[in-house]
Amino acid sequence: MSEKILVIGELQQGVLRRVSFETIAAAKQVHAHAEVVALVMGDGELQRAAEEMIQYGADRAITVCHANLANYTSEGFGQVIMEVMQEENPAGVIMGHTAAGKDVTPKIASRLDLGLVSDAVAIENDGSQVIFTRPIYSGKAFEKKVIKGDGLVFATIRPNNIAALEKVESRTGVITAKAVDVKDLRTIVKEVIRKKTTGVDLSEAKIVIAGGRGVKSAGGFQSLYELADLLGGAVGASRGACDAGYCDYSLQIGQTGKVVTPDLYIAVGISGAIQHMAGMSNSKVIVAINSDEEASIFNVADYGIVGDLFEVLPLFIEEIKLAGALVS
Amino acid sequence: MNIYVLLKKTFDTEEAITVTNGQIDESGAEFIINPYDEYAVEEAIVQRDQHGGTVTVVTIGNEDSEKQLRTALAMGADHAVLIDTDDDLEEGDSYTTVKILEKFFEDKEVDLILAGNVAIDEASGQVGPRLAERLTIPFVTTIVKLEIEDGTAKIEKDVEGDLEKIEVSLPLLVTCQQGLNEPRYTSLPGIMKAKKKLLEKLELDDLDLDSDDVESKTATVSIFLPPKKQAGRMLQGEMASQVKELVDLLSNEAKVI
Repeated sequence: MSEKILVIGELQQGVLRRVSFETIAAAKQVHAHAEVVALVMGDGELQRAAEEMIQYGADRAITVCHANLANYTSEGFGQVIMEVMQEENPAGVIMGHTAAGKDVTPKIASRLDLGLVSDAVAIENDGSQVIFTRPIYSGKAFEKKVIKGDGLVFATIRPNNIAALEKVESRTGVITAKAVDVKDLRTIVKEVIRKKTTGVDLSEAKIVIAGGRGVKSAGGFQSLYELADLLGGAVGASRGACDAGYCDYSLQIGQTGKVVTPDLYIAVGISGAIQHMAGMSNSKVIVAINSDEEASIFNVADYGIVGDLFEVLPLFIEEIKLAGALVS
Repeated sequence: MNIYVLLKKTFDTEEAITVTNGQIDESGAEFIINPYDEYAVEEAIVQRDQHGGTVTVVTIGNEDSEKQLRTALAMGADHAVLIDTDDDLEEGDSYTTVKILEKFFEDKEVDLILAGNVAIDEASGQVGPRLAERLTIPFVTTIVKLEIEDGTAKIEKDVEGDLEKIEVSLPLLVTCQQGLNEPRYTSLPGIMKAKKKLLEKLELDDLDLDSDDVESKTATVSIFLPPKKQAGRMLQGEMASQVKELVDLLSNEAKVI
């Protein structure tokens, strides 16, 4: 069956975000034999990103380069995606559930009178319909959701949950540069201020080191950053730590804030309020370090250390440095 | 300025979630204003106090939603509208919600619509962008700062930790992110005043809609709880050896580093 699925490759400072590759795997879960068409847009060199989408399993790629795509806007990206949808007439469209994905997909769905499943973590095709699993109540529960009738299969997927296919360097496919006149933007991005300290995005990080009130100060977070750098992870925080001004709200994990599902979550000085647990309890492996052995974070931890984090963290950092050869 | 706020009631974040007969069990649960919508209510009041005008809070729900609307009125909103769909709708999705809101806004003069960037229950985050698109006005999601001057909004938008400075003219829809403001508590005089403020109640019929017009595009086939976690391992002994053991377990047993 020749079902065609359009996936969106998302660039961050010229580099494809990993969730872009996951959308290709997701498309193959929607229809095992789908023809996967990748769309990459921006202002600059796009050829390499298009090739990379193909190496990760896309059958062909479309690039759209325009000065008005230098910064993401829902209007600019929306125009391009809709024009490509019109031309390609796909049976499905998949994008990452990222800042851009959350922003542009409902706009398109609304314009085209479509259903949209946001933030899917699993996809199955039972032969008659495509069923998406998505967290609700910040991961306290899950729902299985379908798009009714034979409408377009339109979804965003949560980073880190649907494994990307293996990269095959030798894979090739047709790359088409498409001209789209991106115009009439009403929202103008004047400036982008990069505040993120490391290159690893919290929502996409495989390893998250999160600090709570127990970290006691903004300075106390330094050792968390050091550990995160060593492990190639990202730093997060509990609401308590954010409210206390130890770190920016953009790092907050929980029912308000971000929901993360990394391979490894290390909770440092976090007691484990129900709101925080909602944001991290579906992580694959959880380590808790807390001086209070009664702390509820230990209820969800795979490994727990009861102790003073200011004693544990330096030891941990030293041990990781020693084991340096093991760290990828 | 004619300012509107889209509000949803949600489970209190303290609530544990249980599933009974395949549905989220709501019996006995406390409901609150969706926390992100609270930022929207606060911002609407701040903008009105600066620029004049009225703040109207709109919700789609059932008769119990009056409680959250009264809270918004007590915070300082001027009017509230409850679109009660309890008798008409079994199931709805963001498409349904926006169909109803689109009709509601059909005859309204709008300068600014504020909403939460996501509701903490269904968490699709679709309603704001979907509605803006139907009303053909621009939108900006996850805002953390809003300044309005001569019909132009200067906005700071949180983009996964980075900050974008955006300019856009009104009318406009924005969705609010944590950090935008600190929602005020309601005061006793505020609560007393709220009781006298106008709370309009509508049903689909009043908007010339029937359930077929707003039929959802998606359907939920099941709801379930995540599997309970097995009890983990508490490490013992000298701290240095505990840490050594942890690193060993993470690399050799769990294979995550």
